[in-house]
Amino acid sequence: MAVDRAASTDPDALSWYEATARQRVVALADPGSVREFLPPTERRMSPHLPLFDLPRAFDDGIVVARATLDGDPVLIAAQEGRFMGGAFGEVHGAKLVGLLRAALDLKPRAVLILFDTGGVRLQEANAGETAIAETMRAIIEVRAAGIPVIGLIGGRAGCYGGGGLIAGTCSRLAVSEGGRISVSGPEVIETNKGAEEFDSRDRALVWRTMGGKHRRLTGGADAFCADTVAAFRRAALDLIGRAPAFDLATLEAEQARLQDRIARFGDCRDATEIWSRLGVNDPEAVPAMDTDAFDQIVTRIREADHDAR
Amino acid sequence: MTLAEILGSLFPDGHSVTVEDGLVRGTGPFAGGQATVVGIDGDTPLGVDGALTLSRAVLDAVRAGDKAPILVAVDSDSQRMSRRDELLGLNECLAHLAKALLLADLSGHPTVGLIYGHSAAGAFIATALATRVLAALPGANPSVMDLPSVARVTKLPLDRLEEMAKSTPVFAPGLDNMVATGAVHVVLDPDRPLDGQIRDLVAGIQPGDLRDRLGAERGGRPVARDVARAVVDQARLD
Repeated sequence: MAVDRAASTDPDALSWYEATARQRVVALADPGSVREFLPPTERRMSPHLPLFDLPRAFDDGIVVARATLDGDPVLIAAQEGRFMGGAFGEVHGAKLVGLLRAALDLKPRAVLILFDTGGVRLQEANAGETAIAETMRAIIEVRAAGIPVIGLIGGRAGCYGGGGLIAGTCSRLAVSEGGRISVSGPEVIETNKGAEEFDSRDRALVWRTMGGKHRRLTGGADAFCADTVAAFRRAALDLIGRAPAFDLATLEAEQARLQDRIARFGDCRDATEIWSRLGVNDPEAVPAMDTDAFDQIVTRIREADHDAR
Repeated sequence: MTLAEILGSLFPDGHSVTVEDGLVRGTGPFAGGQATVVGIDGDTPLGVDGALTLSRAVLDAVRAGDKAPILVAVDSDSQRMSRRDELLGLNECLAHLAKALLLADLSGHPTVGLIYGHSAAGAFIATALATRVLAALPGANPSVMDLPSVARVTKLPLDRLEEMAKSTPVFAPGLDNMVATGAVHVVLDPDRPLDGQIRDLVAGIQPGDLRDRLGAERGGRPVARDVARAVVDQARLD
């Protein structure tokens, strides 16, 4: 049962999707190595949610910590998708910004961001949006200092809105089947443009358009993981070792990569058409494939692996 | 002010800036060199195609290596909301545009945002909010989401939200609130020539990200600066 798996601390058995943010951090890092900054005992809570008669969280829905990973020092941020959908409020965003600024001081081996977010917390929209902009600038400064910033995406809230933009500034991304990366969420598109444009109740359409497999096949993510903490840990270690530099050459390569994608697939209506053009023989079979079978497919797709991020 | 009025005031000796499909691109003589202008006009939404057109122009400016200012003029809608844009990786394209502007900044180009109309959400983050200094003209209307949409999501009555918005800058749309959070550094005076005002902004650019300090001083983000600082301080111990 999912609940039993989530309660476990065995990284091989612990479901990333079901785990809490704090469980993910503890099970991801080397045993006993996690030291949290501004932990819940300090009660740095949102000053704004009481105005909306909403409950607060002692950590404002994000864990920021240092730890070691295979013995190397890392900084880790983990969003809690169960609190306000992991959305960016003032305190939540400032904790992430502070962690990235600390990275410039401490020079860890890497910064890991465990995304689980619907985007900006509307009750604190201006603070959240500004924090997202600050986060993106801070990530770029960390990357420019030679420190990889790795995003791990597989939580129940996905990685939406400004979270999707932050993910796009990371050096590398690992994603699981449950991870979705997108700017506008399905409901937002449907509300603004109608169900003919996007039927948010069509879950298969959501997974095909925004899900981990589509992002991995098109090069929007650099690793595809089974839904366990152990799989994300292996992916993180691998991605840290091959993070691209942040410079003009990388961005020129990304410009070419994204332009090429639009030129080749800009007229596709559905992800399965894109997968077919990429060379996937049986695109209809992709959603049901297990991780091993999917990895086999990915190794044959030229567009999936690149240093252009 | 309209874009044409803004460009006339910025470049009294003329310029080569054009608008095509709502995308602004070109250059103009500025402080002894050629400033690059990119932007979005006419409340246009920003999708994958537009983002890559603008990022191309920014990367060209970086490649020129002259460290000339890059001005980002914005009157946009939000990100373009469509199945096609998300299918093609809108998050990557918008992030790429922001990264191009951040790279320009790191490479020594003063990047100055100028919001003169609307902007929202992903389009705002990828353009104006990715500049080093963000200026606004009176009448600009940046927002994350309009109040009727906030009412839908928060399930609070619109009239109550409107009442709350008067005293709480943290969630309500509008220029004053974005100034209070520190996202917008300064509001320009439309009755004085803009070239001098922008030159002063460029001359006064400071290192570091000042936005959380401004938000604390102006009261729009009361705790962000202290929280970020506390994390840095705790990380330094041991």
